[in-house]
Amino acid sequence: MIVEGKVFKYGDNVDTDVIIPARYLNTQDHKELAAHCMEDIDKDFAGKVKEGDIIVGGNNFGCGSSREHAPIAIKASGVSIVIAKSFARIFYRNSINIGLAIVECDMADKINNGDMVQVDLDNGNICNKTQGWNAQVQPFPEFIQNIIKNNGYINSVKKQLGGK
Amino acid sequence: MKGMTMTEKIIAKHCGKDFVQAGMLVMADLDMILANDITAPLAIDEFVKAGFDKVFDKEKIALIMDHFVPCKDIKSAMQVQKTKDFASKIGIKHFYDIGVSGIEHAFLPEKGLVKAGDMIIGADSHTCTYGAIGAFSSGVGSTDFAVAMRTGQSWFKVPKSIKFELVGKPKQGICGKDIILYIIGKIGVEGARYCSMEFVGEGVKFLNMADRFTIANMAVEAGAKNGIFEVDEITHTYLKEHCSMPYNAVTADSDAEYYKTYTIDLSEIDYTVAFPHLPENIKKKEDWGNIPIDQVVIGSCTNGRYEDMLAASEILKGRKVAKGLKCVIIPATQDIYLKCIQNGLAEIFIKAGAVISTPTCGPCLGGFMGILAKGEKCVSTTNRNFVGRMGHIDSEIYLASPAVAAASAILGRLATPEDI
Repeated sequence: MIVEGKVFKYGDNVDTDVIIPARYLNTQDHKELAAHCMEDIDKDFAGKVKEGDIIVGGNNFGCGSSREHAPIAIKASGVSIVIAKSFARIFYRNSINIGLAIVECDMADKINNGDMVQVDLDNGNICNKTQGWNAQVQPFPEFIQNIIKNNGYINSVKKQLGGK
Repeated sequence: MKGMTMTEKIIAKHCGKDFVQAGMLVMADLDMILANDITAPLAIDEFVKAGFDKVFDKEKIALIMDHFVPCKDIKSAMQVQKTKDFASKIGIKHFYDIGVSGIEHAFLPEKGLVKAGDMIIGADSHTCTYGAIGAFSSGVGSTDFAVAMRTGQSWFKVPKSIKFELVGKPKQGICGKDIILYIIGKIGVEGARYCSMEFVGEGVKFLNMADRFTIANMAVEAGAKNGIFEVDEITHTYLKEHCSMPYNAVTADSDAEYYKTYTIDLSEIDYTVAFPHLPENIKKKEDWGNIPIDQVVIGSCTNGRYEDMLAASEILKGRKVAKGLKCVIIPATQDIYLKCIQNGLAEIFIKAGAVISTPTCGPCLGGFMGILAKGEKCVSTTNRNFVGRMGHIDSEIYLASPAVAAASAILGRLATPEDI
């Protein structure tokens, strides 16, 4: 699976309160959550983001609450992958569980806002087309690739249990 | 065979192994799982979408309505309704709404629904609170919760453990909040990322259960998977009072492997405040300067226990909150609320000019019951001071203990009890 898009770049410790503020947690509607995604850190994000675009962060991306609304809002915005130097653990787990691709990359801070980046999820190759360099990250093990391909953990468990 | 940490021992027991070590991936059985009025509806959608129609155990699932209750708007009311209908349809025993319950992480230990040795997950990041009573408990998202409702299991990577050796006796007035903020200030908001924080040492005996709940509660603010205390006489006394079920106290082996060890001298810790906009942003009193405060919030899963109410009342007694300052006090559960009335705390608060809210997470996450306007500054006993967490993105949150919050309420500026 290969994804490609324009980068929206943020810094360290991007927390779940800025990804989706709690004032919008009275809904589970994916589109409504997407409409307010990143609102408190980048009010233009929802208007500018296009299908396939990429979010890049620094250290500890997604710290804070356990709200799955955060990765849902990002995914429903059309974002194809989040790249960061490191992720907070609940956010990491939630992203995989809902089928949002997410990858740790030491070179994340070299990526600039607006760069065109391509990621091959199968072999872990990250290509910064704007700057002309490649980085190699650990590809997902097969079971995680399957979760992302099946659009989430629940779907893979459903298959396993035969829907009961 | 190598020794194991407390966390490794609990995980091993719950995945049917004699031994686990950091880095291993395991599937573990769960003793209790929980979700609230924000995370449960999402999990219910997933559960239903998957075509599941039964749960692993009707008595091991707790659904606690606490974030936006009493419901702040129609959408919140629909979320509670959805959860209530689901609980009733499936026959889930532990569904709690207003009038009985309170903030989940204060309520569950109070009712003895979580205990030492348990393996617990909750769709709320502060689920790590129950480490105070010697349980392994960790926050997850709604999907993990939805799957666990059906299977009673969850997968874990056994975390590396960091040992915090607590020594010395805290100074008068210093509580669990000062200690955990001090630790986060020392190691940073990702200082324990993916790790277990194990709190041991002779200093632990000076910490009451409320202190320990506060410390374990904020382990997530250092990025930890869980925080856990050794069970001692203080824990046994608490569990005997609150829990009727047998429990399993674990201690770390003397040769257990720790990724890092920190020695924390409790006697060196002063009143500690985290400045905007990260819990690690600790400043010493002499560097505070004069910070005028618009609002004070005393409550939450971090500091809404009776001991916290008592600490605030001792400072507010016979005094008034500063003119124009808003002071919101939120006892975390119905039982704590009642005790505040019976023991005269409620009268102290009202006479001081504070308002007392029924139990809710409300203002902590910018839900309702004390939202900040543009430019407002708030001293809060809650757990996060991120941009916009309690309201407008240009508001500021200073995280502190109930004593510091109460003193700041009286003086109208960031202050300690000694300043009064």
